[in-house]
Amino acid sequence: MKKAQKGTAKKVLQYLRPYRALVAASILLSAAAVAGTLYIPVLVGRAIDRIIGPGQVDLEAVGKLLTTIGIIAGATAGIQWLNNTINNRITYQVIRDVRSRAFRRLQVLPLSYLDAHPTGEIVSRVIADVDQFADGLLLGFSQLFTGAATILGTLGFMLAIRPGIAAVVVLLTPLSFVVAKFIAGHTYRFFSDQSEARGAQTAFIDEMLGNQKVVRAFGREEKSREAFDGINERLAECSLKAVFFSSLTNPCTRFVNNVVYAAVALTGALVCLGSGGAFTVGSLSALLSYANQYTKPFNEISGVVTELQNALACAERIFDLIAEPAEEPDAPDARVLKDVAGHVTIDGVAFSYVPERPLITGLSLDVPPGSRVAIVGPTGCGKTTLINLLMRFYDVQAGAIRAEGTDIRRITRRSLRGAYGMVLQDTWLRTGTIRENLTLGKPDATDEEVLAACKAAHAHSFIRRLPQGYDTVIGEDGGQLSQGQKQLLCIARIMLRLPPMLILDEATSSIDTRTEAKIQQAFTAMMEGRTTFIVAHRLSTIREADVILAMRDGRIVEQGSHEELLKKDGFYANLYNSQFAS
Amino acid sequence: MWKYLKDYKKETVLGPLFKLLEAGFELAVPLVVAAIIDQGIGGEDKGLILKYCGILVALGLIGLGCSVTAQYFAARASVGFVKKLRSALWAHIQRFTYAQLDRTGIPTLVTRMTSDMNQVQTGLNLTLRLLLRSPFVVFGAMVMAFTIDGEAAVWFAVAIPALSLVVFGIMLASIPLYRKVQSGLDKVLGLTRENLTGVRVLRAFGKEEDETRAFDEKNEALTGLQKYVGRISALMNPVTYVIINLAIVMLVRTGAMRVEAGAITQGAVVALYNYMSQILVELIKMANLIINITKSVACGKRIQAVLDLPAGEEVIEGLEAGDPKWQVEFRHAGIRYSEGADESLTDVCLQVAPGETVGVIGGTGSGKSTLVSLIPRFYDVTEGQVLVGGRDVRSWEGAELRRRIGIVPQKAVLFKGSIRENLMWGREDATDAEMLAAAEAAQALDVIDAKGGLDGAIEQGGRNLSGGQRQRLTIARALVRRPDILILDDSSSALDFATDAALRKALKGYPGTVFIVSQRTSSIRHAEKIVVLDDGKVAGIGRHEELMASCPVYREIHDSQFRKEGA
Repeated sequence: MKKAQKGTAKKVLQYLRPYRALVAASILLSAAAVAGTLYIPVLVGRAIDRIIGPGQVDLEAVGKLLTTIGIIAGATAGIQWLNNTINNRITYQVIRDVRSRAFRRLQVLPLSYLDAHPTGEIVSRVIADVDQFADGLLLGFSQLFTGAATILGTLGFMLAIRPGIAAVVVLLTPLSFVVAKFIAGHTYRFFSDQSEARGAQTAFIDEMLGNQKVVRAFGREEKSREAFDGINERLAECSLKAVFFSSLTNPCTRFVNNVVYAAVALTGALVCLGSGGAFTVGSLSALLSYANQYTKPFNEISGVVTELQNALACAERIFDLIAEPAEEPDAPDARVLKDVAGHVTIDGVAFSYVPERPLITGLSLDVPPGSRVAIVGPTGCGKTTLINLLMRFYDVQAGAIRAEGTDIRRITRRSLRGAYGMVLQDTWLRTGTIRENLTLGKPDATDEEVLAACKAAHAHSFIRRLPQGYDTVIGEDGGQLSQGQKQLLCIARIMLRLPPMLILDEATSSIDTRTEAKIQQAFTAMMEGRTTFIVAHRLSTIREADVILAMRDGRIVEQGSHEELLKKDGFYANLYNSQFAS
Repeated sequence: MWKYLKDYKKETVLGPLFKLLEAGFELAVPLVVAAIIDQGIGGEDKGLILKYCGILVALGLIGLGCSVTAQYFAARASVGFVKKLRSALWAHIQRFTYAQLDRTGIPTLVTRMTSDMNQVQTGLNLTLRLLLRSPFVVFGAMVMAFTIDGEAAVWFAVAIPALSLVVFGIMLASIPLYRKVQSGLDKVLGLTRENLTGVRVLRAFGKEEDETRAFDEKNEALTGLQKYVGRISALMNPVTYVIINLAIVMLVRTGAMRVEAGAITQGAVVALYNYMSQILVELIKMANLIINITKSVACGKRIQAVLDLPAGEEVIEGLEAGDPKWQVEFRHAGIRYSEGADESLTDVCLQVAPGETVGVIGGTGSGKSTLVSLIPRFYDVTEGQVLVGGRDVRSWEGAELRRRIGIVPQKAVLFKGSIRENLMWGREDATDAEMLAAAEAAQALDVIDAKGGLDGAIEQGGRNLSGGQRQRLTIARALVRRPDILILDDSSSALDFATDAALRKALKGYPGTVFIVSQRTSSIRHAEKIVVLDDGKVAGIGRHEELMASCPVYREIHDSQFRKEGA
């Protein structure tokens, strides 16, 4: 086991700690179940020894032995069931704990981590990896203990019956191991070829099918077929090898087992002849049944070990996630932001996502309560970053941002964020009813309040036309709603809450300008007396701002009102006038 | 779909056949052991023992040979079959029209092409290998037992149905439960994903604790379900174990009496005992196999369902022709996307001469994209006609029609490969000079420079480009085609105003007919014709000045963008 795996295994043990009584029970029970299982062939052998031929059958003794077998079989079955149940319990509870820890960690991970890792990857850790880990854990409990106990038990019983024949079995079984390993080693290459070919094909299918309309628009159907057939052919070649060679494992190990079986039969029969009755046919029968059983756990364990290694690899990924440093907790003396007038000061702020590429440097701005700040500039100039800093999704690296005169790092995140109402370019809605989505920020809102907010956001008329109105369930991320409708819902969500400050990031980019003009009224009413930060490509939305920040490469290059900046005839004027050029 | 198995007839028959042979040899083993006990040990004949053990090894060896052959045939048949099936399904999907793609859904098709196919391959492979073998071993063991001794073998006839009942019963009972577990898992997954995609909103609202509570609830429900299913499937081993051991007890008891009566030998009892032990393993294998096959059959049915969908568009003859002087003509065209739905576009009449530029404007969902998508026959009208060059688009051979049209879709999509390969989508035989010229018009030269020329690599989905860069390349791709009709479907949304203006300037001299869909009046104000759409209906057609005077919807759109200064 590699060092990293050891560390992971240790952590797994920590998760098992609360269930150590159950784990101990599981180990004891599997030992008991194995003992029962192995004892039965011995009893059957003894019974057979009392069935030698006509007139040589001790019916009474056989009857007693058979009763014992029945009792032991019943007891063993009971133990097996209890053991299985306990194993399930341990596994599923450990997994529940792991998932729960992982999710709790997600709630406190800094945005920098979440932004840097694709959602799919994190979800796959919390779900798929945990699931794989569960499978491995269950298999470990149910087969590793039992398998090991069976091997040891069988060995013990065989030694007790006839050490010589036991030695034959012990010497020959590794053969099956070697064969299995040999095949696995050679199929590994075919398997990795196969998964590579399969990955290439899946990527191709994803890309092409995902854009099938474009393929069709450009009449590339035939080309796409040709390319696919090439990839398909290669996959089939790799698959054939992988499927065939891997399917050799069972026949080959079975053959080795047959050889072992024959060897036991041979030595057993010869010993039987030579021992003058000390070694009986019944013992031979027991040994033969052991010879069959002895090799099985070896094969199983080798399967379990790969599975376990896989499970450990998965566990490692989850534990890595759980071990990711959380965002710095609120300072113990952090104050709760109350009675917000909306005074925000940005004081010499510097920030960058990667140290090599400074983004925002020396940014200063005083925003008096109730003023409207518009931020414009080309893509990547740092507009969205500013929002990240205001909301404390990221912390500034130099300088400070103050709300109501207090450094926002000395304010609880919850109260700071609660003071802002935010409508982002990437609308986000969750699976649930329209109403649930609207009241996300204000769960105790009354129906009247919801209605009023939706009317103000011009969302009411389309919601009303949905099949179940406000109780219509929408799928993940809005589902059947258009981008514009989703944006209206996000606006209504904020209108319902009416926090003292607003952040609008391209908030109306997907709404047509006519509707936008209508919402604008509502916005204007909402912005009245509220400090507002607006980011927009569309210059018409920001013309009425008190101060416009024209940003380029993370710096504010111009600052002032619309008229002032136009008069300046600089960067902003250029940007603004280009919309009328033709 | 089974016709694709035809080419593998030999493999499909020979695979299971060799498997049966192997099983036959395996069934002979207990008989040989019985002979060793009765004749070898009983008769004290060392030579015979040696000979019989040699036979055991030989049986194993022949079994190995048969089995390897069988595995090979099974692998060949299943891999080959799925290869053909995949290729056929892919070809079928290539013929799907937009409407058919919409109806089926892309994620569904991806699943059919990938995981369903894999499952079918696994299922077929296992079926060829095991479906005959397992029942053969189970019933073979019983038959062999009957040849040894009818009276003792009765216990086989009792044990096999009892075991089957338990094995299949538990499996059947747990399948729907496993489905429930899966849906519980999906819920946990959905919540986790939403938590991540909505992290900014959720944290802005301070919902972390609520989210955790909701997660715990779903997590706990899932755990409960898992434990419940676990308890049921945990019954399988113990119950079958009890049954098989009871059967052995009865078997040995009857055996003892039969030996006492002189009907069978001690070796025969051992053989019977061995046969009984073989049954259980095979029954469990068979039950697993059946689950696997059920899954594969379900996957196969889903694949078949897609194959059964009609694909492609009909070329309809005898439709009313129009005046060939119009490059594009709409005659009372209307479309509803699904039966019973409202019309997405109603009664559109429009005549466009070659070389004209047409602007299409309107609010979100007003039918702009729908209108232009009728020209390349992406969708068929449900009312009226759309004609290109005087011919109804439904009478054109689809590919031929689309060869004359260059489209820049709303979503800027590029494909993995070089920039040149991507531009060649426009026209296969385009020269480098032509590509560069197209790129220049599309304001995309700097993108090409930034990526190191036409050979510059584009990653899957164009990930290594910004939205604006992608959009400019998709415009270049359409221009490379030099189409008679160029359609820009709101395709400058990711461009800043300056680039957009430069692009418009470059397109001004384009010799073909150009359709520009936009939300901004600035993008289309110089078009020869502007179509104003409002909720699927034409609210006005004319030049900018005319519409400003006559069309309130247009004026409203324009004013909302330009207020006082712009007008």
